[in-house]
Amino acid sequence: MYSPQIILEASLNGLMTGAVYALIALGLTLIYGVLHIINFAHGALLTCAMFAVWIAWAVLGMDPYLAILPLVPLMFALGYGLQRFVIGPASHGDDGNILLVTLGLSIVLENVLLALFQSDTRTLDTDYSFQVVALGPLLLSYPRLIGLGVAVVVTGLLWLVLNRTDTGKAIRAVAKEKLGANLVGIDVPHVYAVTFGLGCACLAVAAGLLMPTFYVNPRIGGAFVLVAFTVVVLGGMGSIPGALLGGLFIGVVESLCGLFLGDSLGQIGIFLIFIAVLLVRPTGLFGAKA
Amino acid sequence: MTARDLIPIAVLTILAALLPLVVTSSPVLNFLVFMLIVALGAQGWNILGGFGGQFSFGHAAFFGTGAYVTAILQLRYGVNAWAGLVLATAAGGVVGWAIGFLSFRSGLRGSYFALVTLAFAEVFRILANAASFTGGAAGLLIKLDVRAANLQFDDRAVFYWLVLAFVAAVLLLTRWIQRSRFGAQLVAVRENEDAAKALGVDSLKVKLRAIALSGAVTALSGCLYAQYFLYIDANIAYGSWISVELLLAPIIGGVGTVFGPVVGALTLHGLGEVAKQFAGRIPGIDLIVFGGVLVLAVAFARGGILGLLERLRDRGRGIMARGPKEVSHAGR
Repeated sequence: MYSPQIILEASLNGLMTGAVYALIALGLTLIYGVLHIINFAHGALLTCAMFAVWIAWAVLGMDPYLAILPLVPLMFALGYGLQRFVIGPASHGDDGNILLVTLGLSIVLENVLLALFQSDTRTLDTDYSFQVVALGPLLLSYPRLIGLGVAVVVTGLLWLVLNRTDTGKAIRAVAKEKLGANLVGIDVPHVYAVTFGLGCACLAVAAGLLMPTFYVNPRIGGAFVLVAFTVVVLGGMGSIPGALLGGLFIGVVESLCGLFLGDSLGQIGIFLIFIAVLLVRPTGLFGAKA
Repeated sequence: MTARDLIPIAVLTILAALLPLVVTSSPVLNFLVFMLIVALGAQGWNILGGFGGQFSFGHAAFFGTGAYVTAILQLRYGVNAWAGLVLATAAGGVVGWAIGFLSFRSGLRGSYFALVTLAFAEVFRILANAASFTGGAAGLLIKLDVRAANLQFDDRAVFYWLVLAFVAAVLLLTRWIQRSRFGAQLVAVRENEDAAKALGVDSLKVKLRAIALSGAVTALSGCLYAQYFLYIDANIAYGSWISVELLLAPIIGGVGTVFGPVVGALTLHGLGEVAKQFAGRIPGIDLIVFGGVLVLAVAFARGGILGLLERLRDRGRGIMARGPKEVSHAGR
């Protein structure tokens, strides 16, 4: 049997990984909530952001946390442009088409990265990569603790943007009633693109938080995107608090499954939850309506 | 089905069957066999996705099941390869029915159905990668023993003809579906499920039948893959690459048409080879082309290549009937 301390430590570690999952899912759920589309390119866009952080470190010698600052506007611009000039026009407003266009985009992005960087796995090291913080008898990884803190702050910021700014109001209006929003003078394609940009900006933060303790290769996004889908479905498609709580929960589940079943089966718990939630309650635990 | 339905299938099959008499180089035959295997699996996808409108993002679940069932039966139980082929196909049908039962009964549609199929394929991949019964991460190697009884031939052309025969059989099956009452009901469910139900179509039953057929055909292609390359592992058999391939081919070729998957597989892999010739050693160049073609097809060619051809033909007829002036007018 495992001692309670190991289990507690695994749970806390899971909580911290889950915070980053939550950030990735946040972008996905925001895009779903407003555009009502499932963005298959989310994983590939995360990979792009992770490579950007790696390049900033390897070429410019930039700290990964510092790299988040310039990367956020860059990823926002990339997301804005993709939605405005590629996904929007190409899909003619049909859900099935959007699914396919974002799938096509993810294939292109992933393989362009593969062509540029080959399939090698890259890491970066910082002074604090392996630092730990002692919390009573528990040892917690310092960069992951930062990840947890930043994820909570970013979720709060996003919530504030949506609820306290005019842009946020416009986004919520479009999410509720596209036609009505259009009638009162909201530029719907612009709001769509802004939303997509915000979703991508979340990925920039997630990438910066991941890189000190994780690695990057052109296929890494796929591993995260399925987890993020699970979080989004679990938390309720479009729900921001749902994404945060779902992410934390999934992180703990993965960590405990990894502890009990071994690393190779660690992710199976996630997918079983995913399937179960889809089958039993596709609106998720916090979702208002399907 | 009438003679008009059968003649195009027969003519194309015969023409394709003559190909190995002209082409004898192994790389080209390898390419053709692989392309036909993809086309066969894509035909399976097309029954559910094209006619039934249920877009699966996880047909690897069926492809891999076909590959693993035949490999495991031969390796662990000494079952004959041909019997393995039949059982693998049946297993694909059962898995299809089971996944369909779970997801359709819960009312999953559209993106939700796409996601749940993706998750099922991932679960299978992780399990096959971890369990020792399936060879784990090392995969399974089917013993090389070239005899017709083992479904192994020293002439690649024979395997080509075999796969071609299956492709032709599924072309006929698809044509039959298109003309049958079952096919009409399936299309009705695709176009408007609620309306179809109101007209008395048992939509659950129709969709279950479609996914079982679809799973069986795709499992057959997976079984042929294992039998031709004699090696599988979890990332090949249950990998997301095959889910994507099987979905791309019908969408590029013409979704919900009889010839769409074959046309799409041929086009995609043809383009992929051309890209490889031009770009040389850049990894993933063929996939970049695939992704680009997918986006372009959705943007500019709804209904795929066959849909595009049909529109061109209609426009051509329009020109003859009405004269060019009016057409340019109508075009605006």
